[in-house]
Amino acid sequence: MESHATESLLRWIVLVPLLAAAVGGLLNRRLPKQVAGLLACGAVGVSFALSVTVFLRLTRMPAAERFVSDTMGTWIGFGNLQIDLGFTMDPLSGVMALVVTGVGFLIHIYSLGYMAHDEGFGRFFAYMNLFIFAMMTLVLGENMLMLFVGWEGVGLCSYLLIAFWFNDEANAAAGKKAFIVNRIGDFGFLLGIFLIGTTLLPHLAEGEGLFSFRTLQHHAGIMAPVATAICLLLFLGATGKSAQIPLYIWLPDAMAGPTPVSALIHAATMVTAGVYMVARMNFLFVLSPTAMGVVAAVGVVTAIFAATIALTQNDIKKVLAYSTVSQLGYMMLACGVGAFGIAIFHVMTHAFFKALLFLGSGSVIHAMSNEKDMRVMGGLKKKLPITFWTFLIGTLALAGIFPFAGFFSKDEILWKTFSSELGGVLPWALGFLAAGLTAFYMMRLVVLTFFGENRASAEVKSHIHESPATMTMPLVILAVLSLVGGWIGWPHFMGGGAWFEQWLAPVFSSGHGAAAHGAAVHGAAAGEAVHDTMMEWILAGASLAWGLIGLGVGYFVYMKKISIATSLRNLGGGVPYKILLNKYYVDEAYEGTFIRPGYLLSKNVLWKIVDAGLIDGLLVNGSALVVAITGSVLRLFQNGMVRFYAWSFTIGVTVFVLYLSFSG
Amino acid sequence: MSLITDHILTWVTFLPLLGSVLLWTIVRRDSHARIFALVVALADFVLSLHLWFHFDSSRGDDQFVEKVAWLFNGQISYHMGMDGISLVLVMLTTFLGPLVILSTWKAITDRVPEFMAFLLFLQAAMLGTFFARDMLLFYVFWEVMLIPMYFIIGMWGGQRRIYAAVKFFIFTMVGSVFMLVGILYLYFQAGSMNLFDFLEVALGHEAQLWLFAAFFLAFAIKVPVFPLHTWLPDAHVEAPTAGSVVLAAVLLKMGIYGMLRFAMPLFPDGVAFFAPAISILAVIGIIYGALVAMVQPDVKKLVAYSSVSHLGFVVLGLFSLTPLGVAGGIFTMIAHGLSTGALFLLVGVIYERRHTRQISEFGGLAHEMPVFATFFMITTLASVGLPGMAGFIGEFMILFGTFGSETLAHAKLMTILATTGVVLGAIYMLWMYQRVFFGKLANEKNKGLPDLSLREIAVLLPIVIFMFWLGVRPGLILDKVEASVATVLAPLNGGPILTDDPGHHALRAEPEPGQDHPVFIVRDTENQ
Amino acid sequence: MEITLTHYLLLAMTVFLTGMVGFVVRRNAIVMLMCVELMLSSVNIVFAAYSRFHANADGHVFVLMNFAVAAAEAAIGLAILVEIFRRRRTVNVDDLKALME
Repeated sequence: MESHATESLLRWIVLVPLLAAAVGGLLNRRLPKQVAGLLACGAVGVSFALSVTVFLRLTRMPAAERFVSDTMGTWIGFGNLQIDLGFTMDPLSGVMALVVTGVGFLIHIYSLGYMAHDEGFGRFFAYMNLFIFAMMTLVLGENMLMLFVGWEGVGLCSYLLIAFWFNDEANAAAGKKAFIVNRIGDFGFLLGIFLIGTTLLPHLAEGEGLFSFRTLQHHAGIMAPVATAICLLLFLGATGKSAQIPLYIWLPDAMAGPTPVSALIHAATMVTAGVYMVARMNFLFVLSPTAMGVVAAVGVVTAIFAATIALTQNDIKKVLAYSTVSQLGYMMLACGVGAFGIAIFHVMTHAFFKALLFLGSGSVIHAMSNEKDMRVMGGLKKKLPITFWTFLIGTLALAGIFPFAGFFSKDEILWKTFSSELGGVLPWALGFLAAGLTAFYMMRLVVLTFFGENRASAEVKSHIHESPATMTMPLVILAVLSLVGGWIGWPHFMGGGAWFEQWLAPVFSSGHGAAAHGAAVHGAAAGEAVHDTMMEWILAGASLAWGLIGLGVGYFVYMKKISIATSLRNLGGGVPYKILLNKYYVDEAYEGTFIRPGYLLSKNVLWKIVDAGLIDGLLVNGSALVVAITGSVLRLFQNGMVRFYAWSFTIGVTVFVLYLSFSG
Repeated sequence: MSLITDHILTWVTFLPLLGSVLLWTIVRRDSHARIFALVVALADFVLSLHLWFHFDSSRGDDQFVEKVAWLFNGQISYHMGMDGISLVLVMLTTFLGPLVILSTWKAITDRVPEFMAFLLFLQAAMLGTFFARDMLLFYVFWEVMLIPMYFIIGMWGGQRRIYAAVKFFIFTMVGSVFMLVGILYLYFQAGSMNLFDFLEVALGHEAQLWLFAAFFLAFAIKVPVFPLHTWLPDAHVEAPTAGSVVLAAVLLKMGIYGMLRFAMPLFPDGVAFFAPAISILAVIGIIYGALVAMVQPDVKKLVAYSSVSHLGFVVLGLFSLTPLGVAGGIFTMIAHGLSTGALFLLVGVIYERRHTRQISEFGGLAHEMPVFATFFMITTLASVGLPGMAGFIGEFMILFGTFGSETLAHAKLMTILATTGVVLGAIYMLWMYQRVFFGKLANEKNKGLPDLSLREIAVLLPIVIFMFWLGVRPGLILDKVEASVATVLAPLNGGPILTDDPGHHALRAEPEPGQDHPVFIVRDTENQ
Repeated sequence: MEITLTHYLLLAMTVFLTGMVGFVVRRNAIVMLMCVELMLSSVNIVFAAYSRFHANADGHVFVLMNFAVAAAEAAIGLAILVEIFRRRRTVNVDDLKALME
């Protein structure tokens, strides 16, 4: 093993939020709200500060050696199975750590205002801190199993926070659905881990951590024969967590949770864990073109699929939720075409602008007395100016308008899709189409919410007010980040240095088999540079124009000519609209094919017939019955007549003696 | 002090029995009986701590051995010993003992001294079973265990307690009788009842199959392995809380322990022959138990079926015949003992307050009883196998071990099917949790229910702490059992087997009491 | 005439059959008890005879033990019968069926 620097601050990045969660959770209502809020925000703040410290240390190291670790001893040690309890930070996890703690910190601040009047204030912040703990474990974990701990941990926090207002059974059901759908993904993830483990275990040196990412990367070649199977299994896990087809169904329902939760967990951080995991395992994925193809295909199909659903939703958070699914599709697409660095770039920019959009929608919902239906909103531009302007910035960033953050990452994804040998024109075209739809539905959202006349009741109208500073300040910061956050990835063809991609390059170019692929990703500009630059300009211009068209059409339709929307809705007898509105009936299909039949089978066949009827009734009580019948025959002999017994005994003995005498 | 430490296993085993006798004879007041029983159980726990801290983890053989000739010139002896596997199960037993007694403070008001006496009696029998290295001694403890459990269910149980108690008794008895025949057969072959003499008997292939079947049946009923499980839901539903806890946490583990200690090392051919079939039963048990648990209207029955599912994992791990799978099985036993024990305690808490366990009667309890809801949530997650808690480590090791098993047929397929149990486990537990705790507090009867008392928290907190502790530091268990697992599995790989008598072949020495330095010898097998 | 082992055995058999027939045909519990005693005595005779025949004392040991058992049995049996008679005013075994099932 190569030597590397140790950094004992790493563990505190993870443990400080855990401690705060424990204190906050145990004391809960005994803690005054101010103290609980301060504790929670402080903990995440400390975590962020520590992340920055360690990150800066990384930047001072030579590019190839940017790696610090902090081992807290053995976790599972049995025979030659050695799994450590430790944390590491390299350029990839460093970026993720900054995003998670940074955006997390802002959302915590925002929550101080948003949740101020909630009776579950202390509980909320305890869960949020627990989430940061789990997410940081996921990001900084030294090995796959630590990652899995965080993976399940964020799933748990997601469950707890979606079901936060458990008074309403629907919220609780949504939380449960999220957890269970994720578990289905974990099923694949676990099997992937097993396959990795059994493949590697015989080849390990003494004391080498089996699932440590370094070990995996070092021995990637050994896993080449089963790389496709491993990657597909891992990817099943990623589709659960990152809400890809076919396991995306939980994410829209997850909007039942408080809005800061939607922003933090279901937009900025947790849902990107799947992308992070795929990027983390890049050295395996590049070994299997099949798996890469599946990742790209699922990604791009999800992107367009979710974008079409978002066109018709009326719940402001549902639109954003489907938008998130769609954007996660983009990230997966980037991974699938080998542009892992760009995927993480989009993770980061998306974290900024989607967190901003969710927090903005939270501000709107807050102002509208918890109304989420856009049909009764409108005209909020004047009353919520900060919210409006920041929201608009977020919308522009999401629509991919230059020079907002989304432009850089989304454009790079589309370019890499187009230019990579793993991509092609068709996936590019689908992604391009989805980008236009994104711009359209976001404009629809903005217009319905902020423009025109307010359609709410007078009662609600009278309460509309701009949110307090604890809520608007994070909005402003995120808006700034949504604007400038993309500039660190300013591409080469526009005269930039693509610094972000360079920063991550060491992570994605080492290991076996990655060399060839590295050329495809990073050297794309090297070969046929002139021609490519030309093409890049054209595509960038096209996608910018396409985004503007989407925005323009959206504005025109919903602001000026609402009749167009109505006639679109009635297109084809209203059937396409109905299908989209009902999200392609996927939930109903799952319900009809798996859930109801599974439940009925278990209840009526397995329990009532097999268990109670066959096993217990026929076999168990049946044999008891045989014994009982035999007994009831035999009981005739026990009649209490002493002389009957005496005779029986005498006769019996006589027969026995005679038998002995004559049998010789 | 050496009076105690030289015969520590005897002390640990018979201290509860002594307490039990005193409860029958001298301590007759209810309040005295409770405190007395608690003190005895605590003292037993303290004694067992000596075992924990003086156990040498580097050795896989028996330690603290006590051996005294008993009958027939020492052919049958009072032979007690303890290896790592016994150790962890003993610690689980003595750890839960005081907690179980504390949990009955309010729940049992009728014939308290007798109840406490039975509990302590049961504990003594269970501990003896884990220590016994003489087959007759083992059989005595094994069977004696039934008696207190029978009375605990039959006298303090619910509506159909007699049915459940008799069913429990007969089920277990039927299996044990076959095992007794097997033991007698081996006794006549080996000329002694000593387990280590049994291990040296060269058995024919045919004989091994039959004997394995006889032993396995006895243990499989106790586990219980599908389809021998139907006594379990009845026994659990009818048993009082303390009975359910002991039943789930320790008694079920007897079956696994028996397989591991006796059925598997003694009959390698039998294991090889039956392992595929058994692993299929185990996988069926995992999925079937989970599916049936999902549709139960009664919380306790749900937990009972979840035990069928969890123990399916353990059996699968055992018959993967990999050290990893077996150690994972042992770990899961401990984890399941904690989580399911805690679940039964929690169900008992709500039953004491509402006298019903129907899920439909509840809903929204998190409003009235937040602390209870929190404990229940943590326990639910532990049971589901959330990483970072104890259940995950065991399940992971079992599945990983099975996946990599080279001896088990269709190991990969088995693992894939078994892993679906992880998904199903989340479904039935979380769905139950949602229906009991979330939603509106609709049922008037649930209004104003008191939250957990300090006593109830004192019962649950130690268990919860260990759920986390073992999840983060599984080495606590794994280090203790690693060498022992290798020893137990050795006969299955044709490796060296353990004997406690170095001069066994040369001259038949009189067994020396207190001899505690066994050595390895290589068995003369045909393939060498 | 010399009295041989055979004579003793014939005597023992006669006594035993007397006891056995009495035991199965009589209904009075006291008589039945006495018949049992008769059978025991016949066994004692056999023991004593064989003891003499083999010229060792083992048989006598058993005889003495049988005496003790018979005495104890008779004492307990009669005590039970007295108690039964006090409660039921009868010792006719056909009337005593409480042991049924």
